[in-house]
Amino acid sequence: MTRHVVVLGAGTAGTMLANKLRRKLDDTWVITVVDRDDAHPYQPGFLFVPFGGSTAGLVRSRHAFVHDGVELVLEGVDRVDAAAQEVLLLDGRLLPYDYLVIASGASLRPDQTPGMLGPEWRRSIFDFYTLDGAKALAGALRDFRGGRLVVHITDVPIKCPVAPLEFTFLADDWLRRRGLRTSTTLTYVTPLDGAFTKPLASQRLGSMLSDRDVAVEPDFLVEHIEDRTLVSYDGREVPFDLLVTVPLHMGAEFVTRSGLGDELGFVPVDKHTLQSTADPHIFAVGDAADLPTSKAGSVAHFSVDVLVDNLVELAAGRPMSHSFDGHANCFVESGDGKALLLDFNYETEPLPGTFPAPYVGPMSLLKESRTNHLGKLAFRWVYWNVLLPGRPMPLAPAMSMAGKQTSSTTT
Amino acid sequence: MPVTTLDGHQIHVDAEGFLTDLSEWDDELATVLASQIGLTLTEEHRAVLRFLRDDFAQRGETATLRRASAGTGVPVKDLFRLFPQKPAKKMAYVAGLPKPVGCV
Repeated sequence: MTRHVVVLGAGTAGTMLANKLRRKLDDTWVITVVDRDDAHPYQPGFLFVPFGGSTAGLVRSRHAFVHDGVELVLEGVDRVDAAAQEVLLLDGRLLPYDYLVIASGASLRPDQTPGMLGPEWRRSIFDFYTLDGAKALAGALRDFRGGRLVVHITDVPIKCPVAPLEFTFLADDWLRRRGLRTSTTLTYVTPLDGAFTKPLASQRLGSMLSDRDVAVEPDFLVEHIEDRTLVSYDGREVPFDLLVTVPLHMGAEFVTRSGLGDELGFVPVDKHTLQSTADPHIFAVGDAADLPTSKAGSVAHFSVDVLVDNLVELAAGRPMSHSFDGHANCFVESGDGKALLLDFNYETEPLPGTFPAPYVGPMSLLKESRTNHLGKLAFRWVYWNVLLPGRPMPLAPAMSMAGKQTSSTTT
Repeated sequence: MPVTTLDGHQIHVDAEGFLTDLSEWDDELATVLASQIGLTLTEEHRAVLRFLRDDFAQRGETATLRRASAGTGVPVKDLFRLFPQKPAKKMAYVAGLPKPVGCV
């Protein structure tokens, strides 16, 4: 008897999941991955594009990274019929499933903030979370002659929550090199109560923005944009000459159409098993899930490992025994060829120390270093050649405390 | 974690005064916490607090203003009226929940 796993989305999470699952399930299982297009972006690479970074190799064919034994269907999803265990595609095809994994990510929705998508969009208002946006911003920065540069987060959750900080650090560095820093005011606008919100990170990194003369506008929830000014719900105004915004993030529209999403279209799941709270045959992984941790490739990677093991158990008729701990691992570019590294999970905030090995590292946690920057650059090769194909990485999915300094060991 | 006593309630709090033991919270403590930040709770406030508590119990994460608005039907503007100036932080404080955080 043939059984089916259908994966919706061939991005970071969906591609890894399908490839790893193909190695572990026998041929009675057909694995199908659906995506609306054949363009797989390396999203961490977008960060450098506004500052003149090359776009070569940032987008590649999804086909090239999907295992031969996995069927890739290029079509949009109309909706999921959970009761019938079927996915209806936009071209009318029906895909039955025994298990469904929603891996359709998060999309940018500038349309959700009044005034964002108006005539100023890509004239004075830019994003760098899309390749088109990052390229357009590169043009705007090339022509920038000083003034008010505002980096803005519309609301949380967002993909790669440290990216706006990284952009700010890199912008500061870039403006200095071009002799434009003194004629530019840099402002960081966030809906949270600061750029750093966790105790140790605030304590150790809190001065990174003030040292660079970046003003922070906290607790700012934008209501609308008009006359090159961000206006918050409580009437505060932040005028700009160049706005680099992170628009509201929402899940795929088919998730909402199928009644499987929360108010933003993310799929409510058990945070340890990634199983939909609405239907035991449905899982969500990567940015599409409502996990209370960062929407980040590292979370996708570590949670995919857990989900694969659990699906293999379910396929064999056994209960799931693996549990995801919320592990995330993120590089943070800080300018001047340096970067920080963060490693944390649901329970443990980012701690200082060394990674992955105690004392020898070679990377430092919660601290700027050149090695971390090289690690970030090298990661692109690892992404295309090791992670996506689903080859083993020498990193266990669960976070390790080895090498981390806790309050008892921190001086 | 420091222990503090507020109006006869002994509670565990973090450095910013947010409750760290969620089970210590009840309606009466909410009134005390609210008075700490100059708020007098009405039924409108309490409806929002109930949503925040229930939502946190299910998801393990404090709701954003957008989510609280969607979940209670109270427009975001009115959340700013009920919990003026820093509603996200104030709602979490009075509901005895962690403030909304990023990853660093």
